[in-house]
Amino acid sequence: MTSAPLKGAGLTEVAPLADGTGTAQSVRPSRPRRRGRSAPYWFLVPTLTLFAAFTVVPIGYAIWLSLHKVQVKGIGLGKGARQQVWNGLGNYTDVLKDSEFGHSVLRAFGYGLIVIPTMLGLALLFALMLDTPKARSAPFARLMIFLPYAVPGIIAALMWGFLYLPDVSPFYYLLDKFGLPQPDLFDGGNLYLSFANIAVWGGTGFNMIVIYTALRAIPPDIYEAARIDGATDLKIALRIKIPIVMPSLVLTFFFSVIATLQVFTEPMALKPLTNGLPSSWSPLMAIYDKAFLQSDIYGASATAVVLALATFVLSFTLLRISDRYTREDRA
Amino acid sequence: MTPLTLTADPTAKTRRTAWVPTLVLLLGALYCLIPIAWVVIAATKDRSELFSTFTFAPGSGFLQNLSDLTAYRDGIFWRWMANSAFYAGLGALLSAAVSAAGGYALGRYSFRGREAVFKMILAGVLVPSIVLAVPQYLLLSKLGMADSYWSMLLPSILSPYGVYLVRIYAAASVPAELMEAARMDGASEWRIFSRIAVPMMMPGLITVFLFQFVGIWNNFLLPFVMLADDEKFPITLGLYTLLAQGASQPALYTLVITGCLLAILPLIGLFLVIQRFWSLDLLSGSVKA
Repeated sequence: MTSAPLKGAGLTEVAPLADGTGTAQSVRPSRPRRRGRSAPYWFLVPTLTLFAAFTVVPIGYAIWLSLHKVQVKGIGLGKGARQQVWNGLGNYTDVLKDSEFGHSVLRAFGYGLIVIPTMLGLALLFALMLDTPKARSAPFARLMIFLPYAVPGIIAALMWGFLYLPDVSPFYYLLDKFGLPQPDLFDGGNLYLSFANIAVWGGTGFNMIVIYTALRAIPPDIYEAARIDGATDLKIALRIKIPIVMPSLVLTFFFSVIATLQVFTEPMALKPLTNGLPSSWSPLMAIYDKAFLQSDIYGASATAVVLALATFVLSFTLLRISDRYTREDRA
Repeated sequence: MTPLTLTADPTAKTRRTAWVPTLVLLLGALYCLIPIAWVVIAATKDRSELFSTFTFAPGSGFLQNLSDLTAYRDGIFWRWMANSAFYAGLGALLSAAVSAAGGYALGRYSFRGREAVFKMILAGVLVPSIVLAVPQYLLLSKLGMADSYWSMLLPSILSPYGVYLVRIYAAASVPAELMEAARMDGASEWRIFSRIAVPMMMPGLITVFLFQFVGIWNNFLLPFVMLADDEKFPITLGLYTLLAQGASQPALYTLVITGCLLAILPLIGLFLVIQRFWSLDLLSGSVKA
């Protein structure tokens, strides 16, 4: 659409446009365009306002806090006795020396090593089974496996917590019947399995749906061609389906890693049922503990910033690797 | 379409059941159902039955548990449920509206800074929730808004994932020709958005609403950090405090269990009703992009 050149300044009459759409309003045909130009910014105002208020400003404030500390002057009474003073990177060196936090990060890694492969392995397995044309009761199973997504994490943890209690649990009942040893699911090492089971229970269905959706997008002709070449269902799954859904697997892996670093709800929920759980079991619990139970918001902020930086570095590394991987895959 | 698809696979005609996949799927369904079945049955047991009868044997105390739960601290349980419905309902509605406008702008207009804005919002997903929650709490308490309904509602409105989903949905479902035609007819940009784009994006917006509703209903960290007054608690935090007290008062266990059952029923109901709106293609679109 080229606009008709406007000749003269004080024009009263403008020739209609060549395409016949010219009306009195098309004196300046570019007007709607120009008006529309500011529209996207207006539509973005609520998003950007909320983003600034509840993401940018809090992050900035956390960074500011992380570089300060409180200094008590004199006998520490009255106004001005407690002052915020610059602390440079002092809080950060404290974080890196803090073995409690270090342990919580290690626990999160150990927990992730159990949860992520199990959850994504099961999600992939169920998605492939759902995609088998002759599987019975697939819609029922799909709904049931997805159902835990609707259950709040804290309630999932409460329900499993009761199922782990020897007095209530059907599993202990069965173990007892068969005379098998009954493990303490609230004990040190077993805690990892107990928490991991809750996360796997809650997360498998969602990841299954993501992978299954990607599977459904594969045109069926590919399978027909493979079958003519004599490929079995297993071979089709391993050689065709899994490589094609690899980007979805990478995505679900990526989100699972982020979720693992942020595990909070399950251990918090099971804490009242057990004595053996430190209040800084996971990194988020350690930060919460520092901020609200020890009232050290400066140290807590520094710890939170370290965790955020670690998440970013990990995320970009993962994306870099997966980008290279999926690109090679396509080639 | 081609005759090939009909004849290529002779086994496809004989409708044999694939037993291995069926069995695997049923085992998965069983695993997912056990805790839910357990909570349904345990909620029927009274205090003595809970620890004495076989786990999956139904008890006789459901109505008693229900009235105990309702009587507990003048019905605070129902207050928590109402709070959750309020936070999740209004929060998800606002979230869908904000995502609609933002995602539409990013998906249907090209303007300077578009990619920068989009990437910045997406990076918001990566920020650990506690990194935001602690300073959000400190800032809101400076404004005198900590421990208020606002402190739960406002931080839950922006959903980076919602903006992302609407952007993809708008780009795929609102034709540029239609927008151009409406402009020719003299419609304002706002009118194009509200009268043409929003109805066309509705399935996507319902998905955003649902995700966000579930997300807010299930949220634990935010209320845990923000709220102190248990009259404002959502159901997740309410049940948690009840369980924490139960450690010293085992009598509360039956209340917690009955409460868990009642708290998941609305969400399960919502799921069963709304799953027909759930367009699988929408999810796949978001995954492929």
